[in-house]
Amino acid sequence: MNILAVLIPISLILGGIGLFAFFWSVKNKQFDDPKGNAERILSDRFDDDPNGR
Amino acid sequence: MPMRRIELSLPTVHCAACIAAVERQLSNRPDVFGARVNLTLKRVSITAADVPEIEDVLIAELDSLGYPAKPLDSAVLAMAEGDKAGRDLLARLGVAGFAMMNVMLLSISVWAGAEGYTRDLMHWISAAIALPAVAFAGYPFYKSAWSALSRGRLNMDVPISLAILLASAVSLFETIKSGDHAYFDAALSLTFFLLIGRYLDYKTRATARSAASELAALEVQKARRVTDDGEETVPLDALREGDILVVAPGERLPADGVVTWGDSELDPSMLTGETLPQSVGQGSIVRAGMLNIAGPLKIRAEGLGEETLLKQITRLVETAETTRNKYTSLAEKAANIYAPAVHLLSLLAFLGWGFATGDWRLAINIAAAVLIITCPCALGLAVPAVLAAASGRLFAQGVLLKDGVSLERLAEIDTVVFDKTGTLTTGKPALVNADEIPIETREYAAALAQHSAHPLSKAIARAFSSTLDIEDIREHPGFGTSGRLNGVELRLGRADWCGATSATQTAVWLKVGNAPPRAFLFEDEIRPEAHETVKALKAAGLSVHLLSGDVPAAAEAIAKAAGISHWTAQASPAEKVDALNALAAQGHKVLMVGDGLNDAAALAAAHVSMSPASAVDASRSSADMIIISNDLSEVAKAHKIAVASKRRIIENFSIAAIYNLISVPLALAGFATPLMAALAMSASSITVSLNAMRIGRMK
Repeated sequence: MNILAVLIPISLILGGIGLFAFFWSVKNKQFDDPKGNAERILSDRFDDDPNGR
Repeated sequence: MPMRRIELSLPTVHCAACIAAVERQLSNRPDVFGARVNLTLKRVSITAADVPEIEDVLIAELDSLGYPAKPLDSAVLAMAEGDKAGRDLLARLGVAGFAMMNVMLLSISVWAGAEGYTRDLMHWISAAIALPAVAFAGYPFYKSAWSALSRGRLNMDVPISLAILLASAVSLFETIKSGDHAYFDAALSLTFFLLIGRYLDYKTRATARSAASELAALEVQKARRVTDDGEETVPLDALREGDILVVAPGERLPADGVVTWGDSELDPSMLTGETLPQSVGQGSIVRAGMLNIAGPLKIRAEGLGEETLLKQITRLVETAETTRNKYTSLAEKAANIYAPAVHLLSLLAFLGWGFATGDWRLAINIAAAVLIITCPCALGLAVPAVLAAASGRLFAQGVLLKDGVSLERLAEIDTVVFDKTGTLTTGKPALVNADEIPIETREYAAALAQHSAHPLSKAIARAFSSTLDIEDIREHPGFGTSGRLNGVELRLGRADWCGATSATQTAVWLKVGNAPPRAFLFEDEIRPEAHETVKALKAAGLSVHLLSGDVPAAAEAIAKAAGISHWTAQASPAEKVDALNALAAQGHKVLMVGDGLNDAAALAAAHVSMSPASAVDASRSSADMIIISNDLSEVAKAHKIAVASKRRIIENFSIAAIYNLISVPLALAGFATPLMAALAMSASSITVSLNAMRIGRMK
């Protein structure tokens, strides 16, 4: 059962990274324009900033 | 260089190519630092150099590209920046989802048979994840529950908060005492599912609100005032009594007043429902909201205080809105029955088990289980999921819903009342006596009409074509158009100008040389889909009425053409409200469809109301729904969707009730386990969501 001491923290850290990534994406307005995102993938212009700077 | 953010509404963007075209064009300008199109909201937000008139320059640029742009006012702008509430809910949803999945994984090992220290360890780790997550993610529920309780009421959030908090507290207690069951996973999945419902609810309302305010922003009316050094454009509230205002053909009069210069015709249909244009000249008294159709006018603004017709109508609207009865939505009705019942049940379980066994720890465990299992996970999703699906469906079809409750109201109607001008009709004149006019006369008229922008001339030019070469064509604003053919003078215009006596109907006269003038008669054209719409509404079991401000002959003709047997003519705005109140007093639930200023009060007084996007500002803001596509057949379709949504909501309540009927006796009997709670909760939430989505697939 000692393996739990390793596995549980690992699973929590991985999940935490996912949660952090989600927070970051919400803060970066990546969920503000779902329709636009679906269409933008068809465009060949490089697009990496939803803030439009 | 100082920078400025500009938000423009772009109603016509719809694809990847549009996005690229708009962004590339704007970014190529040296004074634009960044541009980003939001396709969901159909907007572009621009960071540009803060120089004067920059907004107008950019709008002109986009117009030339084929995307008509409209500026959004600062209130809309503030709202666009502040979608904080949405992002906040999304973050809470993320935390709840993360915590739920992790705790669920730990719980599975407990359900699989972990015992002793292993189980305690799992419970402790679960507690460490769940308690902060529940505190953070459940905050919107606690807040709403607290505000309801402090006003002495119960809402759906009270049992929700109680269940989440009690489940967490009991689980923590059991963990400390190294007990068998902990409900951390249930508390979290409850929070997670309910937050989904809350988020859907928020999104539905936010989309409707932003679209509605954008429509309002489209009609920021300005007036052009004559000053010592020329003309200036001013907002309406800056007008003063005695100001001289310029009104070009095609514009609406910005204020009540007296004509000081010019001759023209005014279309009063938005104001009174009458389609017959009024001739005005120097000294005529004119009303704000009338459309100038012929020549340029100068008017002296008068009675800007409480006396304008617009103000009087605004007052009527306000009275109608305050007397409109309070509506209890289905969700509120359900909560009113549900919340007390659940609390009572769990209290009874607690007391019953406590006194029967003397084991209060078992009793509180069972009470918590009852609360968790009955907790309105499915109920919290049942209504928002249906409303989100239905309003999304309606929006795609071109109907904008201002709030979810109006959908429920729409499902209840038994009577539909239509306005005539601009609602059942297109509001554009069409030639009616074409058959009686000789071919030669048609050609003369068409040749002259081609050169005029007057709506009646346009209707003639649409009806006939001509190849005649007319010389010396001149427009006489307010009178008509004249020209010369082989030395003979041709005149197309007003009755008195062509030497005829004016008719009772909208008419244009053609005079060729000294021959007697000939009349071209016009009627307001009925919308092509009007008859079908009325038929579909009648087929749905609704009675249909026509309530018009126009003269009886015109109202009767349109009523007949549309297949409506009950019609009323020459109704003033106040009489329209009275007519609706009379119907309501007979127990009818009325849908009012109208577009004019004279309908605004009636729209506010009706059980539920719709107006086309072409309607005046006041009507659009008092209507519950707006037909953006301007297609009248949406009235019948929207009603069908509303009825289906109500059925779906009731179905969802029944599904939730069935789950409860099965699981509550088990929980009361003390057989409920955390595994069972988790299964029942997920299964019922998924079933109601799937049932709600059927709205989107409806034919």
